[in-house]
Amino acid sequence: MTHYFNGLARVLHWLMALLILTMLFIGIGMVSTVSPRYYELLTVHRSIGIVVLVLAAVRLINRLLRPVPPLPADLPGWQRFAAQSSHLMLYVLMFALPLVGWAMLSAGGYPIVIFGSIPLPPIAPHGDQLFAVLRTSHSVLAFLLFAIILAHLAAALFHRLIRQDDVLKSMT
Amino acid sequence: MADDGHNPDDAARSPPSADTLALLRRRPVQAVAIAAILGIAAAAFAYTGGWLTPDRLSPARFVDGMQQAHGVFPGFRRSHAKGICLAGTFMGTPDAKSWSVASVFNGDPVPVTGRFAESTPNPYAPDSSDPVRSMALRMPAEGGEWRTGMNNTPGLPVSTTEDFFALVFATAPDPQTGKPDPAKVQPFVASHPEMAAYLARAAAKPLAANFVNDSFNSVNGFIYVAPDGQRRLVRWTMRAEAPFSSLSQEEREKAAPNYVFDDLLAQVAAGPQKWRLIATFAEPGDPNKAAELWPEGRREVDMGELIVTHVESEAPGNCRDINFDPMVLPPGIEPSDDPIAYARSAVYSSSFRRRMGEPKSPSAIAGRSAEAPQ
Repeated sequence: MTHYFNGLARVLHWLMALLILTMLFIGIGMVSTVSPRYYELLTVHRSIGIVVLVLAAVRLINRLLRPVPPLPADLPGWQRFAAQSSHLMLYVLMFALPLVGWAMLSAGGYPIVIFGSIPLPPIAPHGDQLFAVLRTSHSVLAFLLFAIILAHLAAALFHRLIRQDDVLKSMT
Repeated sequence: MADDGHNPDDAARSPPSADTLALLRRRPVQAVAIAAILGIAAAAFAYTGGWLTPDRLSPARFVDGMQQAHGVFPGFRRSHAKGICLAGTFMGTPDAKSWSVASVFNGDPVPVTGRFAESTPNPYAPDSSDPVRSMALRMPAEGGEWRTGMNNTPGLPVSTTEDFFALVFATAPDPQTGKPDPAKVQPFVASHPEMAAYLARAAAKPLAANFVNDSFNSVNGFIYVAPDGQRRLVRWTMRAEAPFSSLSQEEREKAAPNYVFDDLLAQVAAGPQKWRLIATFAEPGDPNKAAELWPEGRREVDMGELIVTHVESEAPGNCRDINFDPMVLPPGIEPSDDPIAYARSAVYSSSFRRRMGEPKSPSAIAGRSAEAPQ
């Protein structure tokens, strides 16, 4: 039994925490302005989105192949359930947000270009209603992800400051 | 409380799992700190999203203003709603590639799709009511795609996004007359010299008889990147090869309600219609402001020829479902610091998002097409 997430898991956790939080703030910020920041942030948003998708794939493989530390044995059942289901949702959303974003641009008939000049193929057919559904989903899922991240942060601090157990330490 | 006077180390060794609330009560400072951290994070998110600053000009607020002032026809663009799709070819001149490395200028024929439109938000408005016409194009390019939305006006009436937003309201049609209310337009003109200059320019410029002998300007400044890396501020015009002609206001009002589109269909059916892409390069000190034209004598370069061979009514999957965002640029063409270009990108996106999800109905130009003979 291990008491720590492996080195790669820890590096990916904190790197992706930074990237995903940055993406959520870029996303919500860019759609709220008509200034030049709109274009600048949108350009960055697309590139980081694909980076997050690639990192999420690496992270999932690592998670499935390597042992993870168990939750504290005395954790109440509902907290155990909340921990496991929120971790599952975090994984689902790490994939879903970039994929929905990519599919949304495909359905909208947009070229999908990252890092200035790397074109990506469309992954969904061009269509008005499909675009509308994916565009709304992208926002709804982003709000859901932010809410789950806040809960995740609260739980980590609860373990460290209130329960004073080793859960946060296993990831640092 | 039963736990008063407990040894804090007890919690670390074996925290009571039954009563989470009791745990929180035992460490109130930490509990409050956690709540504060969450509150700050949520507030930062809300601030970034603009919820704490309702005065910020968001794309949604801009489009709301357009709808409120000029009306809304669900399923259609919030502006330039009456249109028809086009297809054809663009081919760069031998000279073009020395001014921009964009692959569309490499001299090979490039397939083009696009859209002709009138600026009204009403897809059933009579053509005689709207002198502002547009040509939007998209063409594939190496490392991306080039989209441009051009119109036939001599520059814009204003140069900043905030002024443009105010203009939307100043030119709102009076419900009684259907025309802008002079009581709102006059004060705007008086306080915006750019608008007065624009009105004078527009009045002096005769309106082309139809789409095929009209010329369309890039609206904003962009940057062409030359093979040596030099970046030049540029505006362009898609200049009609068909000889210019004009109709009087009387003739326009007597013509059929869709005469501009009828003409276009008839002329494309008769033969390919052609424009030349003329790039105009700024000299140092020229203002990159959409309302200010550059002086005569600037270097003009013939970048290529657009040949339109096909037009067809809007339908699922064609130009109807494309956002002609002028900031979709390929390597070799870059944004400049013209703020209106960025605002167009943000506002078009908001309009696109709304109309794509709405039920669609045909515009006044329904079920029609024309193909030029080979």
